[in-house]
Amino acid sequence: MHPNRDEPNPPTSPKKGLVEVLTDNRVTRSVIRHGYPDTNRNRALVVFSNFFLHIHPVKARVRAIAFPRTFYLGGLSAVMFFILVVTGLLLMFYYHPSSPRAYEDMKDLRFVVSAGVFLRNLHRWSAHAMVALVFLHMVRVFYAGAYRPPREFNWVLGVVLFLLTVLLSYTGYLLPWDQLAYWAVTVGTRMAQATPVIGDEISFLMLGGHSVDSNTLVRFFVLHCVLLPTVLTVVLAVHIWRVRKDGGIYIPPDERDETLRPGGEDTVSNEVVVAPNAEDEELQ
Amino acid sequence: MKSNLKPEFEVVEGTDARQVPVRLLVVQEEARPAVELQDEPVVMTFPHLFVRELIALVAASLFIVVISLLFDAPLEELANPQKTPNPAKAPWYFLGLQELLHYYPPVISGVVLPGLVVTALAVIPYFNVNVQRTPFWATHKPQKIVGVLVATGVVTLIFYITGAHPIWPLIGPTWLIGLCMLLPVLVRADLRVLRWVETRSLAFWIFTWFLVAAVVMSVIGVFFRGPAWSFTLPWVDGIY
Ligand code: HEM
Repeated sequence: MHPNRDEPNPPTSPKKGLVEVLTDNRVTRSVIRHGYPDTNRNRALVVFSNFFLHIHPVKARVRAIAFPRTFYLGGLSAVMFFILVVTGLLLMFYYHPSSPRAYEDMKDLRFVVSAGVFLRNLHRWSAHAMVALVFLHMVRVFYAGAYRPPREFNWVLGVVLFLLTVLLSYTGYLLPWDQLAYWAVTVGTRMAQATPVIGDEISFLMLGGHSVDSNTLVRFFVLHCVLLPTVLTVVLAVHIWRVRKDGGIYIPPDERDETLRPGGEDTVSNEVVVAPNAEDEELQ
Repeated sequence: MKSNLKPEFEVVEGTDARQVPVRLLVVQEEARPAVELQDEPVVMTFPHLFVRELIALVAASLFIVVISLLFDAPLEELANPQKTPNPAKAPWYFLGLQELLHYYPPVISGVVLPGLVVTALAVIPYFNVNVQRTPFWATHKPQKIVGVLVATGVVTLIFYITGAHPIWPLIGPTWLIGLCMLLPVLVRADLRVLRWVETRSLAFWIFTWFLVAAVVMSVIGVFFRGPAWSFTLPWVDGIY
């Protein structure tokens, strides 16, 4: 039997380097089952033995991952969402959804909390960036024609994600409880009030009363910090899963062959690979 | 890649899992790039795609960090229901709609039109005109010239008559798109741009029209509207 690089080295082996000490032990191996990713077999295992990374196939089409194909707009929207979740959780440590305490908390963030302004800025600017990036992503998908079958339902999920993003941004806009927040939200709710027949009911449901007040603040807080982010996370998970299920990033079948440039020396063969268990033979 | 070979096995569909212990590989008809694209150059996801994703992640995060170090999020006085600012503006992504409010009653601009736009977006993939995407000028050229002119005229008329004021910010983009569509008919030169314009589909033009209109309305709402929604110049009066 030839020495298997995925088994911990026998105790008699020569001195281990730091990488081996950290990776070649029972504890690490219980978490990460494959060896150092310097073979194609282990590189494949990196992808499909990791819960988070297995949204990707083991091999990627060179044309699909080229920057001008997607401008990574969907991915960048997701990055913004991630920054928003992290900074949003930190902001919640300092925030009370009540009037006028909410506004005082904004002042505290500016003058009392260490790096409080920076934290608020990160959340604010990435929120604006997310709205813009999601919209641009939609525009990109349209012009690529990537909404056509079999991707039509993923486009619909996208429209839902776009609405959720705007609603998240809008509900968050009220939370600082300053003049800007108050009147921007008032303008928006007056529009909803104009709905025929059920306008007043919708407005009452949104506001928790007849005008924007501290009841509204609590409602928007719960929507912004709990309900909408949870729903968005679930829909986003389905959306990204569907990208793969629908055949990966769309490449028009009539795209000219010159764009089919070779992918350099790292190009690998495109055989279908059957998911191996750790004991399967090498795939190099 | 349809094969005419009859499958050599029997396909049994049952409900008892023990009765049908044979596994079946299902490849969805329209979604099978790994099977279909034999000559497609591929690379290992690790490291090639992950490196790209990492760069995108770090670059985007750095960008937000730099912006956050340079510019502070706005904070005005405490909310005061008694003191209405003039103008009271919604967040920027709603200012296109708020600009519409200047022309139509709230039912139309705040409920009907946004509702129509969202519905139209959601059903895009279910319309044949979108799915086929044939070049607009491929067939029926004379009829289509008339069609474009009539459509542009009718839309102009609607935007001229129905609003509280003629909606120039929507009439402008309408004519812009109409003229772009007619460009290959009007200009008879052998240019690459013209050939590109000529091969665009109807879906392309409708979406582009919507996009230009939305951008124009939003830019006006953000930069060119001041007290009582009056027209202001940002370089003279500043941005409200
Ligand atoms: C929270 C917002 C969203 C996130 C985080 C997101 C994320 C992603 C990601 C990561 C991809 C992979 C390819 C790429 O980056 O372009 C993708 C693809 C796709 N997205 Fe989104 N998306 C969002 C919103 C939308 C919207 C608003 C639409 C359209 C209305 C949409 C429709 C699609 C479609 C059809 C694909 C498949 C594209 C293809 O196969 O080329 N998504 N999305």
